[in-house]
Amino acid sequence: MTSTATITLTAPPGAAPEPPAGRRWRTSLESVAIPAGAMLVALLLFGIFCGLAGASPFSVYYSIYRAAFGSWYAFQNTLIRAAPIMLCALCTALPMRLGLVVIGNEGALVMGGLGTVLVGAYWVSAPHYVALTAMALAGMLAGGLWILAVGAMKIYRGVNEVISSLLMNYIAIAILNHLVNGPMHDPSSLNKPSSFPVPDANALGNIPGSRVHFGLIYGIVACLITWVLIEHTSFGFKVRMIGGNLRAARIAGLPVGKISLLVCFLGGAAAGLAGMAEIAAVQGCANESLAAGYGYAGILVAFVGRQHGLGVLLVAILLGGILASGGMLQRQNHLSDATVLVFQGLVFLVILYSESLYGRFKFFQERTHGHQ
Amino acid sequence: MATSESIGWLGVPLAIMAGAIRGSSPFLFVSVGECLTEKSGKINLGLEGTLLMGAMSAYAVSYKSGSPWLGVLAAGLAGAGLGAMHAWLAQLPRVNDIAVGIAMFIFGSGLAFFLGDPFIQPMAPPLPAIQLGNWSSLPQIQSALKISPLLVLGIILSFALYWFFQNTRWGLFIRAVGDNPAAARAQGISVVKVRTLSIMTGSFLAGLGGASLSLVYPGSWTRLVSSGQGLMAVALVIFARWDPRRCLLASLLFGGAQAVGPALQAAGVKSYYYLFNAAPYILTLGIMIFTCSPKRSLAGAPGALGTGE
Amino acid sequence: MKITKLIHSAALLAVFIAGAAGAARAADKVSMGFIYVGPKDDYGYNQAHSEGCAGVQKLDWVTAVEEASVPETTAVEEAMRDMIEQNKATVLFPTSFGYFNPHILKLAKDYPKVQFFHCGGMWHDGLPDNVGSYFGYIDEAEYVAGIVAAESSKSKKLGFIAAKPIPQVLRNINSYTLGARSVVPAATVQVIFTGDWSLPVKEAEAANSLIDQGVDVLTCHVDSPKVIVTTAEKRGIMCTGYHANQSVLAPKGYLTGAEWNWSKVYADYADWVHSGKSLMAGTIPHLIRGGLKEGFCKVSPYGPLVSDQAKADADAAKAKFMAGTMVIYQGPIKDNTGKVVIPGGTGLKQTDIDLEKMNYLVEGVLGSTGS
Repeated sequence: MTSTATITLTAPPGAAPEPPAGRRWRTSLESVAIPAGAMLVALLLFGIFCGLAGASPFSVYYSIYRAAFGSWYAFQNTLIRAAPIMLCALCTALPMRLGLVVIGNEGALVMGGLGTVLVGAYWVSAPHYVALTAMALAGMLAGGLWILAVGAMKIYRGVNEVISSLLMNYIAIAILNHLVNGPMHDPSSLNKPSSFPVPDANALGNIPGSRVHFGLIYGIVACLITWVLIEHTSFGFKVRMIGGNLRAARIAGLPVGKISLLVCFLGGAAAGLAGMAEIAAVQGCANESLAAGYGYAGILVAFVGRQHGLGVLLVAILLGGILASGGMLQRQNHLSDATVLVFQGLVFLVILYSESLYGRFKFFQERTHGHQ
Repeated sequence: MATSESIGWLGVPLAIMAGAIRGSSPFLFVSVGECLTEKSGKINLGLEGTLLMGAMSAYAVSYKSGSPWLGVLAAGLAGAGLGAMHAWLAQLPRVNDIAVGIAMFIFGSGLAFFLGDPFIQPMAPPLPAIQLGNWSSLPQIQSALKISPLLVLGIILSFALYWFFQNTRWGLFIRAVGDNPAAARAQGISVVKVRTLSIMTGSFLAGLGGASLSLVYPGSWTRLVSSGQGLMAVALVIFARWDPRRCLLASLLFGGAQAVGPALQAAGVKSYYYLFNAAPYILTLGIMIFTCSPKRSLAGAPGALGTGE
Repeated sequence: MKITKLIHSAALLAVFIAGAAGAARAADKVSMGFIYVGPKDDYGYNQAHSEGCAGVQKLDWVTAVEEASVPETTAVEEAMRDMIEQNKATVLFPTSFGYFNPHILKLAKDYPKVQFFHCGGMWHDGLPDNVGSYFGYIDEAEYVAGIVAAESSKSKKLGFIAAKPIPQVLRNINSYTLGARSVVPAATVQVIFTGDWSLPVKEAEAANSLIDQGVDVLTCHVDSPKVIVTTAEKRGIMCTGYHANQSVLAPKGYLTGAEWNWSKVYADYADWVHSGKSLMAGTIPHLIRGGLKEGFCKVSPYGPLVSDQAKADADAAKAKFMAGTMVIYQGPIKDNTGKVVIPGGTGLKQTDIDLEKMNYLVEGVLGSTGS
């Protein structure tokens, strides 16, 4: 098997040879400069928007800074928000490497939460770490199976995965509501219909020394595993090959169906784990607040992060910061709560636009006349 | 108006029929608009944001000007504006149009909420209805057969678009660009221009769908006035095999399915209402599983759809 | 250019200095935080609270901060924390039911000096000392509205569109029904649950379905009654409102309605805090409830279609509430499956905690609490 370092599926035949990897600082700089530039432009546009809305742009910038990154306290807010989004993003990022567009993250998170509650709320006598492990496994299994179904529908029935995963979101939320108001309803939950709670003894705690729960660690580890799995293993190579050229992969004899199903399961498991963290660390029981929109946020993070494990990690933190600033913008700058949505949209639109700028600036083009 | 005598179980099929008439317009406009967009080879997932912007603009302009039709026009223009943004971004090299769609969804929704908050309280003049049910003495039938002029417009549009694709030069250009952009380019057709116009027009229509939400049914502007019609439009188009006439049927089906949950409760079925309320989604998924097949590529699918060409 | 940059920096500096000075002065003011689960202008639940907050903001010793559309997740914990740390809030009013457990309870332990007043939660011994809860017995206003609705209805079929079968909602439905049947024993109330607090399309469908089934007075318990009231008006039937006064939306058909009067509640709390009372010292009660008599809620003015007889009956009921002699839940009361839920001879006063755990629908209601 040829090593991955020398196969570049994107280089067109007949192009000038690129300089060796160690000297490609211009391309690396480009991958940082362009997104950073995009952020600045987005901030500028948002500042203009706020100015038109009657708030001082500088005050807005200061609010965002204060709320998202200005202190350890604020940064923790950002991380708390980023944790579930990171995991949910993997639900889109992983299948996307295969060329499948799955947007069922919200449904997988919800099913993961339900799986967690089925184990955590009913097996109350389990010791702490056993309970946590069982809940995590249950969450991952439930979420994984949900997206596996999406993959199966695509492979065996040719059903477009964008649509089926979208519909599965609505169906998952309907199932959640039905169960939480009916068969799994805890009568003492009164005005907020909920399932029986996970006992406090088995709750997922915070990372020592911070207010952030362990779901963040799950997220970071999952992103790192994804990065290594997809970029640096032979399995990942097969995945990328299927995503790059399906016909060639089939001709090469790769078991496309099985790999697709496995990757779908893994993606769903990540989102399911986010559901588990939401239940075990935040809500304590399952109710309608489980469907909080992390799934949809994850879709965008996956795209902007180029479906790359590390990219997803960084963009999730970025989005966490944007969302964390929403409250401050309302209270300090008296802007509507919809402002943070506009901000989010602008940032992502500008970053997406900036994707088209790669290779357009002479400065970042590698010099290939061998005078180095 | 005379109060209605209860009609018991007949209420359910009546509600489905009435729901189909009342609730299908947003689905119809968004799906026909998305059909046009997808025929040219691009997917627009941002139509939910366009729908909301359309609903808000229609309501706001109708309120400020006193003319609901002016509101409808404003909704269409707002849609076209968002469509222009989407078209420009999605056609840049290396930009994924699904990602742009979702970003536009967020941006469009945010903008709609931001600009629309002051208009939640006031009452805007709604669109007048066409009364088709006067032959019946039953108030239920009279109410069910109150048709909105937008629905009539939508029905005409779906047939007109079908004819347009089959019989006009521009329809041919759009189909060519959607099936094989490289060949179309070789023929001298400007792929960018055709796609931009298709996306903008599709978005204009989605804006009209939004106007239907806020000026006809439910007939009010709030943040949650849409029940996902913009996202479902993409499903509807596939469901309808990219045939605008089938978009009409699919929209009627969905409008009717929306009414099933409450109608059953009104007739006395008291349980499982969450699951009944999910009827449109379960229905769509079920039909898609039964009618799709991995062997045949989806008949009618534009060749370039989803390939990023 | 350089000069404009300089001016901008100077302006920013000035803003900071003013802000710091303001903060120093504000140290004498009491900072209160209000948190809503939805937008402030929803013509319903959240707006009612926001109007209350506006009333409190007028007091010159209060600075109020509001945050809207905060979901019942870690987001509200952050919002509360931010208000405490960054806005120096010492009194918080998180107004959505789902904020109570676990979010408020968690934060209350972290900030024992801050007072958390929750709308609707049930405080009991064993919960943190700095948490209190308030709620209004708006079902008293619903009882009166039920009287008016039953007498105005020709078909004697009333319709109730509700979000979810939770105790607060069931209590409203039951009080409405008991009020209706106190003047028209054969009246029925048909209930449709939409499943969530704000679903305009479902609410419109429910309204139309109920009307098709012969209902001629509609009411509701959803976050924003706007759609239901306008649909009723369009189809030419009558309605009673909820949360706030929607009569302008239905000039012909609006009979009356059950409205909140949160400004009174917030003004009371503000007074107590100003005079130095607190939950922790035991000088502010942990559980505050009030009805028509205490001014926590009110009945809307009567609409044009309300007959004199109806007005008389409704006013008589109101008088009883004001005198404190009205008992809505006077046994024997059966639920709509025939079971006796309040035995004969027992009367549950409004403050009875059992009523806050209600899980049944009384006789005369067509519908079920199950999902």
